[in-house]
Amino acid sequence: MTTIVKPEVKTAEKETVKKNKSSVYKTEQLNLWYGSNHALKNIDLDIKENEVTAIIGPSGCGKSTYIKTLNRMIETIPSVKTSGVINYRDKNIFDKEYQVEELRTKVGMVFQKPNPFPKSIYDNIAYGPRIHGIKNKKILDQIVEKSLRGAAIWDEVKDRLGENAYGLSGGQQQRICIARCLAIEPDVILMDEPTSALDPISTLKVEELVQDLKKDYSIIIVTHNMQQAARISDKTAFFLNGEVVEFDETDKIFSNPSDERTEDYISGRFG
Amino acid sequence: MSVRERYDTELATLNNKIVELGQFAQSALRDSLTALDNRDIEKSLLIMDEDIKANRIEEEINDLAILLIAKQQPVATDLRRIIVAIKIAADLERIADFAVNIAKSTIRIGNDSFVSSIDNVHKMYDITEEMIELVLEAYNDEDVVKAKRIAELDDGVDELYGETIKNLLSTSAAQPEKIGQITQLSFVCRYLERAADHVTNISENIFYLVKGKRYDLNK
Repeated sequence: MTTIVKPEVKTAEKETVKKNKSSVYKTEQLNLWYGSNHALKNIDLDIKENEVTAIIGPSGCGKSTYIKTLNRMIETIPSVKTSGVINYRDKNIFDKEYQVEELRTKVGMVFQKPNPFPKSIYDNIAYGPRIHGIKNKKILDQIVEKSLRGAAIWDEVKDRLGENAYGLSGGQQQRICIARCLAIEPDVILMDEPTSALDPISTLKVEELVQDLKKDYSIIIVTHNMQQAARISDKTAFFLNGEVVEFDETDKIFSNPSDERTEDYISGRFG
Repeated sequence: MSVRERYDTELATLNNKIVELGQFAQSALRDSLTALDNRDIEKSLLIMDEDIKANRIEEEINDLAILLIAKQQPVATDLRRIIVAIKIAADLERIADFAVNIAKSTIRIGNDSFVSSIDNVHKMYDITEEMIELVLEAYNDEDVVKAKRIAELDDGVDELYGETIKNLLSTSAAQPEKIGQITQLSFVCRYLERAADHVTNISENIFYLVKGKRYDLNK
């Protein structure tokens, strides 16, 4: 009689192709104080290029503080003290000789509320390039079109570029702000709750846009909408009381987080 | 155009994987019958080896479904589609397992000639095959008319099953020395009958997907 050999069933090995992406931002032992309030504690984060990194956490956890540190915007608050290192493309942005202006041309930012300039749509986008000395109308036209296309709003505004940007809807204004950010061809885009003032459909449009943009940019997004982080990011960092509790692949964080506090937060049990 | 293109793409991937698993189960079952016909032990062993693929596709479907639920907050038809995909994947994986079981029976039967004609086994298989074909189309097209037709076909399989088992039992009385083979052939019939039941379960899930209500087609 023939003996039956049962084939061994192995668990399917996940084929995770890990590309060696370079880091855009490497934060090491970052501490930050507002006066005596210790707002960020020993933050270590390695943020890779061409990825969407989401930062989530309850109010007051330090997520906005962290993102504002990345372009040194936080320095506008006089009582702020920092220690530790933030390397942007391998250079410590806290070094004395570091040119903050140079950093900010490489790192664009989009805020919670759309903040277009009280100018025409065209001038909003051309503003940055003009400051950088571009005067040629043809080149400016090209930049404006490319940026508006990049922000997925070209078709909606191409026939009224001369109109004031204030006449647009909130969702459109936010995409204008993103286009304005793209016009200076940044390396990184920081987004601080970019959709919290938008309706659900505009929110989804901006979310789709973020996913498209990561082909060319590295995006760091602060959001208090954890479902948004789940939908759009590659990596998620969970901040709590100024500390990073967990930083991992978004798939992992939202299907099987390592830390109980992360699980409690994402499943709505606190915060 | 949909605003959530990526979400739609992921849902479509889930659908494609179901169809992939279905086609795998379908061809495994077909191969297991051919191997039985020819008492082809090599082929039967191969069918057993290859079953790992069905398990893998089912795992992929489950993983994808879990991530979709965790990350995309599906509601309404989308949510049903994901839940149904998990259930259908389990049924299809089970059908692939029956192909393995038939392969094992073929190996146990060995080179012996059949005690009686296995025409009825073929008839059962032909209907089951048609049911699988139809259910994959019904799933893909979300077509409840096709899904309903499957329940009718399943009645045919059940009838043939009863009849065939009865014949095999009377053969075993006449040729008790062949009891080993007769038992294996009865098992094969049982596997086909079960496979057809799983196809009917899938039809019920297609009804649930499309209508949002539960129907019992296995009555």
